Amino acid sequence: MSGILVVAEHRQGVLRPVSLELVSAVQDVRGALGDKVTVAVIGAGARAHQQTLSMAGVDELVFIDTPDAEFDPEVTEAALAALAAEIRPSLVVVPHSVDSMGYAASLAIRNGYGFATDVFGVAADGAAVVATRGGYGQKVNVELEFPGASTVLLALRGGTWKPPVDAASPAARDFAFSAPASRSKNVEFISPPATNDVDMTAKEFILSVGRGVGEEDNIERFRELADTVGAALGCSRPVADSGWLPKSRQIGQSGKTAAQCKLYMAMGISGAIQHLAGMKHVETIIAVNTDPNASIFSVAKYGVIGDMFEIADELEKHFA
Amino acid sequence: MKILVPVKRIAALEEDFEIRDDGRDVDGDFINWDLNEWDDYSLETAMQIKEAAGGEPEVVVVTVGPDDAEEVLRKCLAKGADRAIRVWDDALEGADQLAIARVLAGVAKTEAPDLILAGVQSSDHSHGCTGIALSALLDMPHAAVVAAMTYSAGDAKVRVQRELEGGMLHAVDVSTPAVLTIQLGINTPRYASLRGIKQAAARPIEELSAADLGADFASASRVRRMYVPEKSRAQMIEGSPAEQAARIAEIIREATGA
Repeated sequence: MSGILVVAEHRQGVLRPVSLELVSAVQDVRGALGDKVTVAVIGAGARAHQQTLSMAGVDELVFIDTPDAEFDPEVTEAALAALAAEIRPSLVVVPHSVDSMGYAASLAIRNGYGFATDVFGVAADGAAVVATRGGYGQKVNVELEFPGASTVLLALRGGTWKPPVDAASPAARDFAFSAPASRSKNVEFISPPATNDVDMTAKEFILSVGRGVGEEDNIERFRELADTVGAALGCSRPVADSGWLPKSRQIGQSGKTAAQCKLYMAMGISGAIQHLAGMKHVETIIAVNTDPNASIFSVAKYGVIGDMFEIADELEKHFA
Repeated sequence: MKILVPVKRIAALEEDFEIRDDGRDVDGDFINWDLNEWDDYSLETAMQIKEAAGGEPEVVVVTVGPDDAEEVLRKCLAKGADRAIRVWDDALEGADQLAIARVLAGVAKTEAPDLILAGVQSSDHSHGCTGIALSALLDMPHAAVVAAMTYSAGDAKVRVQRELEGGMLHAVDVSTPAVLTIQLGINTPRYASLRGIKQAAARPIEELSAADLGADFASASRVRRMYVPEKSRAQMIEGSPAEQAARIAEIIREATGA
């Protein structure tokens, strides 16, 4: 047992906020699983994040230089395997993210780690790691244990822990490893088409439609409703994937983060995990759905079990 | 040229369900099975590569599951897959996704595909890791969460676009043979034709036991307890649609100050 390794994530020179949330996530288990918390940053120019990561709860920062500044799954995996071989952590945490989906399972299976993803609870039972995640479409919670594993790798769900607020001065060092010849090549980042359509990230009131809208011809009906009530029209993934509304209007984790949204009205959206995760910061969510068991009702402040078309007709009258 | 498409039979819970007596899973009586939504997209990706190359590439679907998991393979055959393989062993009951990856690796070593297209995740447990664990066991280059790709049968590399958080895409060239995990929305999956469904019913499914593959199928985790969480629940607005709408209008006015 010699400590906890936290893997920071960055992209295009910006540290992803989930990195610091991970530092908070491991504080409760640091006594049981190891005293020292090491945060690793991988990539050319990793040192640039030193100040942002110098926070309470971090004992040591390790910078691992690589040929490219941007993510490469095989290079990341090799860097972490080498670092873990040196510090022999009992627990390694990474963000549950698109990047980690590219390397975490590989790192775990090659090195015989215990492993779980999308974890939102981390605890220790004696010196053993216990992780909690959702199952069956988030209808149940599942507690996992990792028998026989001397290192457990957990990919933690973002937005679950609050980042530390106090700055500190952790030790910092570089770590060298021999990077494998990469079999993939970073080409470019492509921003979502800058549309003159709308900037959903700036909208305070969004009315979104999901699968319940039924068909493309019904979209117009809700565009009018959104206009009438003063909302921007958004949609869930299936509506955007069907091409009924542009991707720029897709709300949720994989679409636009509706950062400024304060009032969100979800009509005919049952609530996939990614959609719920992308909206849980919103103060007031009103959900309209015919299915009383729709997951959206577990994050909404107000719920209406009913037909989105009927509600639309009635609601419009109040804003005529 | 061969494309291997691992697919999963996913479990959807009925409205009311019970946890098994041992507290480690849901009672099977309350589960309905279906083909994982992501796997419709990975199969479609494979079919499009096959068709663009004049039908020559062979598309092989594989699943790890008991007898009745055969149904999801027939769905894939009905959509045009050339062959279907089912692997099972009672010892795999309760196996985690890394153990499943070990089984799939056994099949992949025999099949030696040029491309493996898996779904990003399954809609029941959403681990999002089987495909990439498989790539490790085969030591193949890989990319996860692929939302677009350019590839023709026989290419030495595939240009993929990984779908990052917030709608950004990351274009990457990956050497082949490779393992890719395919995201929803990459294409529009076809429906099976009636003729396809009829023909698929009579097609053979190749069956293997995990023992045939001769590997160890160790899991990296074990379920300790499964339980129904206490959920916060929205404050429900009752009444007729007119009354419900009136209350929504009030809430909107309060929140927007309009």
